[in-house]
Amino acid sequence: MNDKTNLTPNPAPSTAIAAAAAKDQRETMGGPVVPEPETKADSMGVHATVFNDPDPSGSIDQDRTPKMTARDIHVFYGDKEALKGVDIDIHDDKVTAFIGPSGCGKSTFLRCLNRMNDTIPAARVTGTIELDGENINSARMDVVQLRARVGMVFQKPNPFPKSIYENVAYGPRIHGLAQGKTELDEIVEKSLRRAGLWDEAKDRLDESGTALSGGQQQRLCIARAIAVDPEVILMDEPCSALDPIATAKIEELIHELRGRYAITIVTHNMQQAARVSQRTAFFHLGEMVEYGKTSEIFTNPREQRTQDYITGRYG
Amino acid sequence: MSLTVALVAILVIAVAAGLFARKRANGLRGSGARLNSLPNYHAGFVGLWTLLPALLFLAIWTPIQGRLVDRAVLASTAAQTLPDFAMTRDTILAEARNIASGAIEAGFNPESTALAPVFAEAAARYAAIGGGITILLALLGGYWALRRVNADFRARTGVERVVLSLLVLASLIAVLTTLGIVLSLLFETLRFFRLVSPTEFLFGTTWSPQMAIRADQAGSSGAFGSIPLFWGTAFIGAIIAMIVAIPLGLMSAIFLTQYAPHRLRAWLKPMLEILAGVPTVVYGYFAALTVAPLVRDFGISIGVSSASSESALAAGLVMGIMIIPFVSSMADDSIAAVPQAMRDGSLALGATKSETIKKVVLPAALPGVVGGVLLAVSRAIGETMIVVMAAGLAANMTANPFESVTTVTTQIVQLLTGDQEFESAKTLAAFALGLALFIITLILNLIALSFVRKYREAYE
Amino acid sequence: MNSRAPTRWTDGSMERLVAKRYAAERRFKFFGLAAVSLSMAFLAFLLITMAWKGAGGFTRTEVKLSVDFPRSDLILDPAALKGPESAKAIGAAGLDIMLEQAAVAQFGQGGGELLGGASVRTLGERLIEDPDLLTRRVDLWLPASSKADVAGKGDGDPAIEALLAKTDHRRRLNPTFLTSSDATDASVVGIWGALKGTFLTILVTMLLAFPIGVLSALYLEEFAPRNRWTDLIEVSINNLAAVPSIIFGLLGLAVFLNFMDLPRSAPLVGGLTLALMTMPVIVIAGRNAITSVPPSIRDAALAVGASKMQVVFHHVLPLALPGILTGTIIGMARALGETAPLLMIGMRAFIASPPGSITEPATVLPVQIFLWSDEVDRGFVEKTSAAIIVLLIFMLLMNGLAIYLRNRFEQRW
Repeated sequence: MNDKTNLTPNPAPSTAIAAAAAKDQRETMGGPVVPEPETKADSMGVHATVFNDPDPSGSIDQDRTPKMTARDIHVFYGDKEALKGVDIDIHDDKVTAFIGPSGCGKSTFLRCLNRMNDTIPAARVTGTIELDGENINSARMDVVQLRARVGMVFQKPNPFPKSIYENVAYGPRIHGLAQGKTELDEIVEKSLRRAGLWDEAKDRLDESGTALSGGQQQRLCIARAIAVDPEVILMDEPCSALDPIATAKIEELIHELRGRYAITIVTHNMQQAARVSQRTAFFHLGEMVEYGKTSEIFTNPREQRTQDYITGRYG
Repeated sequence: MSLTVALVAILVIAVAAGLFARKRANGLRGSGARLNSLPNYHAGFVGLWTLLPALLFLAIWTPIQGRLVDRAVLASTAAQTLPDFAMTRDTILAEARNIASGAIEAGFNPESTALAPVFAEAAARYAAIGGGITILLALLGGYWALRRVNADFRARTGVERVVLSLLVLASLIAVLTTLGIVLSLLFETLRFFRLVSPTEFLFGTTWSPQMAIRADQAGSSGAFGSIPLFWGTAFIGAIIAMIVAIPLGLMSAIFLTQYAPHRLRAWLKPMLEILAGVPTVVYGYFAALTVAPLVRDFGISIGVSSASSESALAAGLVMGIMIIPFVSSMADDSIAAVPQAMRDGSLALGATKSETIKKVVLPAALPGVVGGVLLAVSRAIGETMIVVMAAGLAANMTANPFESVTTVTTQIVQLLTGDQEFESAKTLAAFALGLALFIITLILNLIALSFVRKYREAYE
Repeated sequence: MNSRAPTRWTDGSMERLVAKRYAAERRFKFFGLAAVSLSMAFLAFLLITMAWKGAGGFTRTEVKLSVDFPRSDLILDPAALKGPESAKAIGAAGLDIMLEQAAVAQFGQGGGELLGGASVRTLGERLIEDPDLLTRRVDLWLPASSKADVAGKGDGDPAIEALLAKTDHRRRLNPTFLTSSDATDASVVGIWGALKGTFLTILVTMLLAFPIGVLSALYLEEFAPRNRWTDLIEVSINNLAAVPSIIFGLLGLAVFLNFMDLPRSAPLVGGLTLALMTMPVIVIAGRNAITSVPPSIRDAALAVGASKMQVVFHHVLPLALPGILTGTIIGMARALGETAPLLMIGMRAFIASPPGSITEPATVLPVQIFLWSDEVDRGFVEKTSAAIIVLLIFMLLMNGLAIYLRNRFEQRW
């Protein structure tokens, strides 16, 4: 863990980011989120008190079975190889963040996890992805059910041009998850509550979903994804189109949802990754360069490329 | 001198004046002056102002000249012996005109041969007057324009101003045409309503357009109730044709945009457009020759004894086929305008493609689709040849598609063929029907466009 | 909080539901494919039927007849055939009677049914070509009468068919179809008159509609201020594009024929009427083409010091021209196939000779088809379908040209 000492000429920048991230978090969250102190300080003398990791063991979890695993994933768009051999585990009690510069394959990989790349004719995916031990690309796996179990929230909020109620009720309806109107009403209310939108929406359920503000629309999309009872929620830069206050609300939501769903979030905002995730994977030019605990990635990365990215040497 | 000679003359004068102006401008430039505009513009300016006033005069004079000549001939002594009856007199005049211009040697009526020299003289006289004025205008215009050629003269601006007026004039033609349609239809319709009451026309249910040629003819009363015609039009165009066109057009658009691989779509879309390019007379012939007998035989075989060989079903079927590309094209555009993000949102929830289309894409594209359907209906009810050739002439208010009905457009054609006695209610009824058709299609088009505009989701 | 049991995706009921959804998906996709296929099938049915029925119109049945000129009753001076009066001499010679006699002599009673107007005409042409024939006894291949032609193609009167079977007959290409005009006898009928009329009419349409359309489009896109008047012009044009074509016919009747007294059924009037109908199409296509020229080109020209008019005519118009031409060709193709407005302005009459100028009575191909479709004579059915084939070929060529132009010259900025 300390082998990076002699290679890092100036430890200050990473600490600066860590300190800034901490400040951000305290200000926006309005209160300390209980930090687990690291059992030992790293050689840079930083107590990574800011990182929010309920797992106090110093090592990457070895004894828990991951919710989803990906092994040797390659994605080709025509002749161009967009992803070159990605291996990763997604755990169901952790928020996993994918970071990296633009165009490095983070979103492409995310879309592999719920087979949304199937809708792009030129895309070809190789490798194995498993959900609870089942290969999601096998003929036995039903893609329609897969997408209900692995939900997705998009970068730009995309509510349907229907009422708020209908937006949330759409998923349960097509999957036949509710017997009768009362049950459907319950699902809608529960989803909206979990997404933190119920109080604002409960008197406006019949109004169009597109009439909401940006942040509200994104929470509506989260409620929509929740309504089909997923096990994993994939979020593709969910806050990049939102203002800071809406962003803060979404991040708070992610914290609340963490225990219930395995959340994977793609972001090119490193501070956000530091704030919300416990596991981080760094992507660069189609490769997954490093994967580990968020605290370690940001304070003591193993790879030079990761170090360069988080110190801002390239964007 | 004939007017054609005058036309050629002013063209020659204009070119000459233009060339002269250019020489003058070049000369000015040669002697050191700095011209505001290029010599060609000077030439253009002079040429235009030589030609245009004269041309304008000629355009107005030509139609008037005929009437002036006619009036002069009628006022002459030779014409006093002509009979009073308008039709005979007009025939004699026409024959005299033809003899004078050398088209025929002699007419049926002896008076026309006598009248011909008078005609020729009057025609020559007025042509000379008209031609003379034209050339005079050209010369005056040319002189005035040439005087303005000097170094400071903004010839280019002058030319551009003339060109701009031409552009405005061209654009006004569209307004004039619309005005022309409305006025001419309105005018004749009002004359019609003086002979037949509007209530009978709009609400009557018997259509039997006979009109007496002479007041004492038996069987002279006609009925001009247009309801059966509108029913026939709606039955064939808005009901039967739409039953064929809407499902086929909409499902074709859905298949082409959502399911067809790219190369297949690149082929099939133009092929569907070919359906729209086939001339309607071909569709009509096809309907009469092939489809109608099949329909009649089918009708008889399922026990409909009144199945006619000019059935509404035959015409409606073929018209529906013709309309398919109209529906499919508008639906295609509307569906393609729904953003992919919306489709992705539905697919990511685990919906199948058909569920996404039925529950998300189509509702979002609905305004455009409805607009397309309305435009297609408007096209179908204005269609003439298919119904003239395949549907019948019997004004029949039936809901049986195997029977024969008639439409508004068929009757317009029917009423205006044969003797064109322009005063009779029969021919005027055609204009009244035309006005009704124009108004209905106009309203449909306006509704379609406003519907699309109002309900279209603003996808930014 | 968790009042709902987690979804059992592997439950039997859930599996059945998913299977039903996939079945619905397959059905839906099938309906889409079926719709497209059905539309294509209709198109194919139409084209094949026309081709099948019309192919015969390009051929004719010819019958071998032996004619003994010296022994016939023909009153014809060979010298007269060489001079300018040859047509008159042929007309007065009584060829039809002679032919009938020869036919009866050769084929028996009723043989005269086998020959008709076409036979007479062809014989006349042959004699003018080679007056020597009058001195000999020859075997001539002559085109059969319409009845015999129909019988020869398997569709006619059994008696005639029987008669024909006893003769020496063959099928050859029918040149008169493309060179002669309308007639009452189906064996001599041709589309040349209609083709010439179509050509003249479309010429007038083009000369009027194209300049007016392009100039209007330029004005509306480049110069017109945004006020009520230009809105009115725009609305008028958009409405005119959707008005049924027969209304333009009524307009033509009321204004061009009755008010302005122009000659009935002339290509001039037909062209004027069709020009009014086609002009909005050209304006709309022109506006789209002009809008697609990027503003950067206009800015560049202005920055060099060109006037607005120069920018438009030197830069915008040339770049927009491919799009304008495509729209024009499509508009012309539509005008080519129009029938109803031309019926209104009187092109319903029987025109036996091609028009000499744009002010003489004429007919156009679609109207000719319409008039022939009313004929009772069986022989006209295949001629009508053959004329339809010619019309469709024209339409195909024009649309193909438009598509080719669009693909070749359209630039994606």
